[in-house]
Amino acid sequence: MVDAHMRSDSNAETATSSNPIGRSSGRFVARTQVLSVDDVARATRRMAHEIIERNHGLDRVVLIGMERGGVPIAEALAKALLDIEGIDVPLGSVDVSFYRDDIGTARIVPEVTRISFPVEQAHVVLCDDVLFTGRTVRAALDAVTDFGRPSTIQLAVMVDRGHRELPIRPDYVGKNLPTSRGESVNVSLDGVALGTMVHDEENIAE
Amino acid sequence: MTVQVLRGGTIVDQAGERRGDVAIDDGVIIEVAESIEPPLGSEVFDASDAYVLPGLVDLHTHVREPGREEAETIETAARGAALGGYTAIVAMASTTPTMDSPSIVRDVLAIAEGAPCEVVPSAALTVGRNGELLTPMGELAAMGVRIFSDAGRGVQDPALMWRIMEYATGLEAITGGQPIVLAQHCEVEALSAAGHMHEGEWSNRLGMAGQPIEAETLMMMRDITLARRTGARLHFQHISCAESVELVRQAKAEGLQITAEATPHHLTLTHAECASYDPVFKVNPPLRSDDDVAALRAGLADGTIDAIATCHAPHEPHTKEFPFDQAPPGMLGLESAVAVALTELDLPITSIAGLLSWQPAAIAGIDDRHGRPIAAGEPANVCVIDPNETWTVRGTEMASRSHNSPWEGRELRGRVRHTILQGEFVVTQGEATR
Amino acid sequence: MKDLLTIDQLGADGINEIMKAADSFAEVCQRPVPKVPALRGRTVASMFFEDSTRTRTSFETAARRLSADTLNFSAASSSVNKGESLRDTVETIEAMGVDAIIVRHRSSGAPQQIAKWASASVINAGDGWHAHPTQALLDVYTIRQEGRSFEGLRIAIVGDIRHSRVARSNIEAFSALGAEVTVVAPPTLLPPHVDALGAKVSHDIDAVLAETDVLYLLRMQRERMDQALVPSLGEYHRAFGLTPNRASRLADNALIMHPGPMNRGVEISPEVTDDPRVRVLNQVTNGVIVRMAVLYLVLSSAAAERSAS
Repeated sequence: MVDAHMRSDSNAETATSSNPIGRSSGRFVARTQVLSVDDVARATRRMAHEIIERNHGLDRVVLIGMERGGVPIAEALAKALLDIEGIDVPLGSVDVSFYRDDIGTARIVPEVTRISFPVEQAHVVLCDDVLFTGRTVRAALDAVTDFGRPSTIQLAVMVDRGHRELPIRPDYVGKNLPTSRGESVNVSLDGVALGTMVHDEENIAE
Repeated sequence: MTVQVLRGGTIVDQAGERRGDVAIDDGVIIEVAESIEPPLGSEVFDASDAYVLPGLVDLHTHVREPGREEAETIETAARGAALGGYTAIVAMASTTPTMDSPSIVRDVLAIAEGAPCEVVPSAALTVGRNGELLTPMGELAAMGVRIFSDAGRGVQDPALMWRIMEYATGLEAITGGQPIVLAQHCEVEALSAAGHMHEGEWSNRLGMAGQPIEAETLMMMRDITLARRTGARLHFQHISCAESVELVRQAKAEGLQITAEATPHHLTLTHAECASYDPVFKVNPPLRSDDDVAALRAGLADGTIDAIATCHAPHEPHTKEFPFDQAPPGMLGLESAVAVALTELDLPITSIAGLLSWQPAAIAGIDDRHGRPIAAGEPANVCVIDPNETWTVRGTEMASRSHNSPWEGRELRGRVRHTILQGEFVVTQGEATR
Repeated sequence: MKDLLTIDQLGADGINEIMKAADSFAEVCQRPVPKVPALRGRTVASMFFEDSTRTRTSFETAARRLSADTLNFSAASSSVNKGESLRDTVETIEAMGVDAIIVRHRSSGAPQQIAKWASASVINAGDGWHAHPTQALLDVYTIRQEGRSFEGLRIAIVGDIRHSRVARSNIEAFSALGAEVTVVAPPTLLPPHVDALGAKVSHDIDAVLAETDVLYLLRMQRERMDQALVPSLGEYHRAFGLTPNRASRLADNALIMHPGPMNRGVEISPEVTDDPRVRVLNQVTNGVIVRMAVLYLVLSSAAAERSAS
């Protein structure tokens, strides 16, 4: 079931070609390549270093990817942390559907949240692909704290595109990318592109 | 009185179809001719592109009065009938109290005085329609009642039905040889009482208790057997399935004095309608299968079925807002019957007119004044129907106090333009005027 | 999907979508605090025109775990007995401001009628002999949980098929997913026109046991005895009950299911109720999970349809 509405949130921009169930409809048309595949790998490695530095190592550090776009980012960070420190940090995922402040504006079949480790006293690094309004992160904070009381919750995003609607800021950023509201950002481990979402009807009109 | 002239119509009666003008004066048709020069001061009514038929006759109307005037009154039923082209309706005994005694029949006749359609009372076969004691059939026959029916219920007890048949055959001494018609609602309640719709693939899918066709056919077989023995004059009401048509066909071939009616809804709708769970499609006997509809139509075409009767059964709106199994069965029919027939049935107009007019008039024993040919000297009970005008059925726009039409929202072809009762225009240009 | 009335309306895709959502709620139900704020501020009314503590409790638990407010209208004892029409009753409840109505009714089709009159979402919690879609969904979830594929799965449903909404909905669901369904009952407990069910028919449980992956037993209602549909419960048990002997002929990995409550000694022998292949309690647990998924999907899409229009 494909969402017929643009969502004012980061997930709307992650129109990964694979399976956009419940996410934004239409097709992403790239205009500018912002980061290459190597750029993304470098940014990931840098953020991994920052995480280690900030937390004085990886003691009690856990990564939680936000469904769906944040999950591959979390996986890439976990791999980088393993490369750098030789430590396999606990890795989970969270679907924030049940915590959104706009339930019902679109039909979403949620993903399963997988947090199989205690978050109590942990340093949780929430991972997402794009930080936009901040509303998904707000929901993720609620979701994670339902599992316990972490020592800290930190936020890692590959792209911060601005336009915050809540007092939320990232701790680790791959790339600060000024955008206009109408633009779309496509993030994957293969690169980051700026462009627009094209709906099928509009496509025909072209 | 002023002479009235129906101009430019196609006359349809027992003699067939022909173009002609019809002049009416003082309740009587005074002249029928290809072209009539209207006398000075006469009124001329347009009948061009329309059929001029003898007024329609319904063998099966539940008038609800006395007892359930919130659903229908004799007056509203008669007005609806007039709007539907009827000049006579046979009122069923399903009133409260039951029309099972001369005094109640007399009351109904008094209320019906001045109604825009002649209301012909039937009477119950058994007291209170309870299937236990005979009504005073002799007294009722002496008052002019010719049709007896427990309307909505069949007589369950075979011994009682046998006695009724025997008794009825003796009443011709009172009626001057006119037969007493025993109109049976064929339903073995032990087989059907738990059900709410036709027992078939739809009742199965919808999880609804079904009414098997055997509930109808077993009682028909019983009554045919008893009629063979007693010689009683039987009429089967609203037959609903292929097997029933065949039973009537065989009984007629055998020479038994048996007639049968079918309703507009059984001729056009099927049990698939119940998939909406809308109780407006609940009726007794229930809507059946496509094959049954086809068999009923074949029965009309070959003369097995003698009349189209409405089984007009008003129910006040909120009673149809209960669950299907709790809602009462029954549908409106008077205002839509001729249009349904014209829209859905592939029959010549003379057949349709016979089924709706002179054939039921004969069964009801009122063929001295209804269903007469359109000819000079005949009583002016006439209707004019435009077969091409289309209209959309709206229960709330009907004369009936109830709205339970199963054709709600459907477009039908054929509209009554004028209805003339004993020379008076009770419907003019589609509007009730009495 | 404003309403959930039957399994037929879902089809295989719709069923699978609910299963996927149910996986998320299964995770929620395993948390220390098994509750999410998904339906905060929504009001879910249960209108039970027929008593069923199990189903009502399951739905209300599901609604509470989604943080919805619940409102309980026990129609069996209310104004319905005073001649109020179904429509009047529904309009009264709606006027209190509800987002979803969960309906259990003795009369087939009542939820469909209510859905026509109500702007709130309507979820069928069982109507007459017609449908019980959430039961079928929780049964599908229970079988799926065992890692079994429905394609070609041989499921025998035993008992009073004729009067069973569970049988009708489960046949629809199992068939839609590719299972081979056989109904097993004496002819008096099969509906007329049984072919319309789309299932194979048997009158002999012993003939199907060996070729059954899932044995689904229906509850035998005692009142059927009064209608001379079977001579006695004892005869029914001997002919169709799951006895230890019959259980021994079922495959080791077969599943034994029952919508509950079980009539021990009628459809199942007391000794068999503890058989490790019995999944009755899983069915109950999964009932809450699946009903959370249904409430969530119905209410989120109903609101989406409203905001789109």
